[in-house]
Amino acid sequence: MEKRKPIITRILENDKGGKIVLSVLFIIVLYVCLANLFIPQESAFYISTYTVTLLGKYLAFALLALALDLVWGYLGILSLGHGAFFSLGAYCMGMYLMRQIGDRGVYGNAELPDFMVFMNIKELPWFWYGFDSFFITAFLIALVPALLAFVFGYLAFRSRVTGVYLSIITQALTYALMLAFFRNDMGFGGNNGLTDFKDILGFNLQNDTTRVSLLMISFFALFMGYIICKFIINSKLGRVCIAIRDAESRVRFIGYKVEQYKLFIFIVSAILAGIAGALYVPQVGIINPGVFSPLFSIELVIWVAIGGRGTLYGAIIGAFIVNYASTYFTSALPEVWLYALGGLFVVSTLYLPKGVVGIIAKLSSLKKQNQINNNTQKAANVTA
Amino acid sequence: MLLLNHDNEQNIGDLKQGDRILYVDDVTVSFDGFKALNSLSLTIAHQELRCIIGANGAGKSTMMDVITGKTKPDSGNIIFGNAVNLLEMDEPTIAQVGVGRKFQKPTVFEGHSVFENLELAMKADKRFFKTLFTQMSADEKYKIEQAMELIGLKDSYKTSAGILSHGQKQWLEIGMLIMQDPKLLLVDEPVAGMTPGEVEKTGEILTNLAKTHSVVVVEHDMEFIRSIAKKVTVLHEGSVLAEGSMKSIQANEKVRKVYLGE
Repeated sequence: MEKRKPIITRILENDKGGKIVLSVLFIIVLYVCLANLFIPQESAFYISTYTVTLLGKYLAFALLALALDLVWGYLGILSLGHGAFFSLGAYCMGMYLMRQIGDRGVYGNAELPDFMVFMNIKELPWFWYGFDSFFITAFLIALVPALLAFVFGYLAFRSRVTGVYLSIITQALTYALMLAFFRNDMGFGGNNGLTDFKDILGFNLQNDTTRVSLLMISFFALFMGYIICKFIINSKLGRVCIAIRDAESRVRFIGYKVEQYKLFIFIVSAILAGIAGALYVPQVGIINPGVFSPLFSIELVIWVAIGGRGTLYGAIIGAFIVNYASTYFTSALPEVWLYALGGLFVVSTLYLPKGVVGIIAKLSSLKKQNQINNNTQKAANVTA
Repeated sequence: MLLLNHDNEQNIGDLKQGDRILYVDDVTVSFDGFKALNSLSLTIAHQELRCIIGANGAGKSTMMDVITGKTKPDSGNIIFGNAVNLLEMDEPTIAQVGVGRKFQKPTVFEGHSVFENLELAMKADKRFFKTLFTQMSADEKYKIEQAMELIGLKDSYKTSAGILSHGQKQWLEIGMLIMQDPKLLLVDEPVAGMTPGEVEKTGEILTNLAKTHSVVVVEHDMEFIRSIAKKVTVLHEGSVLAEGSMKSIQANEKVRKVYLGE
């Protein structure tokens, strides 16, 4: 009998793009980690801690883009509110980090985070219970976005809301959450959000080793997220999803309960987005209701569109391109950035319907075509 | 649990040839006052090949929509087998208890290959958590290959369904219907856009299917109906105008008046 290959090899079989993207990322992450820790600061090869953190943030965003591509690229659900799931995961992590501060805050109150003392909240609200424990927090990071996705998805999919209408509702969802989180008496720190974090699991967040570890964990999370998505897409369930995207009612008539499939994928995607949020917070050091804003969720759609929808690895490429451009432009030419982003979106919709991944595929097929032409030419010459 | 319920194996009872498989009982559907079906009653027997004809707007497609759960009627009942009431079910459940449908306009999954289209249609446990981990067995693969041979698409099994010709798509849909292995097949205009040779082959496939299944065919092509039909039902303004052999239908005064336009 043929020896069974390891599961990850089997999942990535025939996925050249995914293998390349993940390998390149792995090499970059590895180099950044080693160069930050072991190369002296004076050396030209040294990588600053700022870059480590920045790369970690990109990786968290890439995981978020991956989550969106799963529902948009393979199920045809254009969610304009995926930032909501990201933010919920992020707030869970933020709350844990707040509890880790303990009595080291400005007010030295061991019972209450600084902002609660400041806002005259006398007692710790019930929904802050449990965030002292990392274990419970980790559980909630997945559970809270999943629960929201379940309730929202159950209602929306059962009523057979699709297309633009569904997109608008997802947008309303994240907008409503943003307004709620902006309120001071919600107990999530209002518009200042949560910040001034000190430790994670007892490790100082300012230490280089902690930062490097977070970067490596982010890469691992992205890698696992990719494998999970790919496993789903490769399965028969994945083929059912693509069929739903292309001809939803037909899928019903051959006996699949479309709502259950949509709900499953939507929840998986929400959990991945939540994890991305949880990885984002300790590296960036702050979380505020701004991430709930519809603008952020729309920008996220642009990442996926530019990278190439429905390929998974395209979403990762897109997240990196746009966020790198954003970092570059906002410091070099801050007034140009928003126009550039808008222009990028227009160009990619008009000329690159399949994103950057589409151009690469086109170029390589052109090259192949050329080779075939050349070969036939040569063959013709020989016979002549 | 609500989400995980599964009606695939719902028993409709053992049917012998000649037993009733479908009973459409006094069904009325109206759209904004217009009665698309007007107390329609109809019985289909087990392993019967029934042809349904009627002018545009006679209610043929609406009837199929009601049976497959797409449209809910204002009144009436639809009993499948001995006791299963189709009106209490949604579309996937109706498909799972054994009603398959081919649409007037061929709708195949264009992004998938011929093979994958057939795989998705294949009778199997269609709950989502089963499809996530399922692996295709050799037996299933063989079944799909057989179906591909039957519908003449054996050589194009890797071809994506989107680039098939109209006639090939029609056949692919019939193939999907075969893979579904339903007890009752509803076939809407199977030979539209086919060449005479293809029409003949489609007729053969349907006649063969009727040996083991019940088949209901809606067609406009009278030549085709004549070649396959044993029993014909004529619909007119949402109810049954006449029923019987092709000969008796052609001789029927009422039918000649409203349908054949004489």
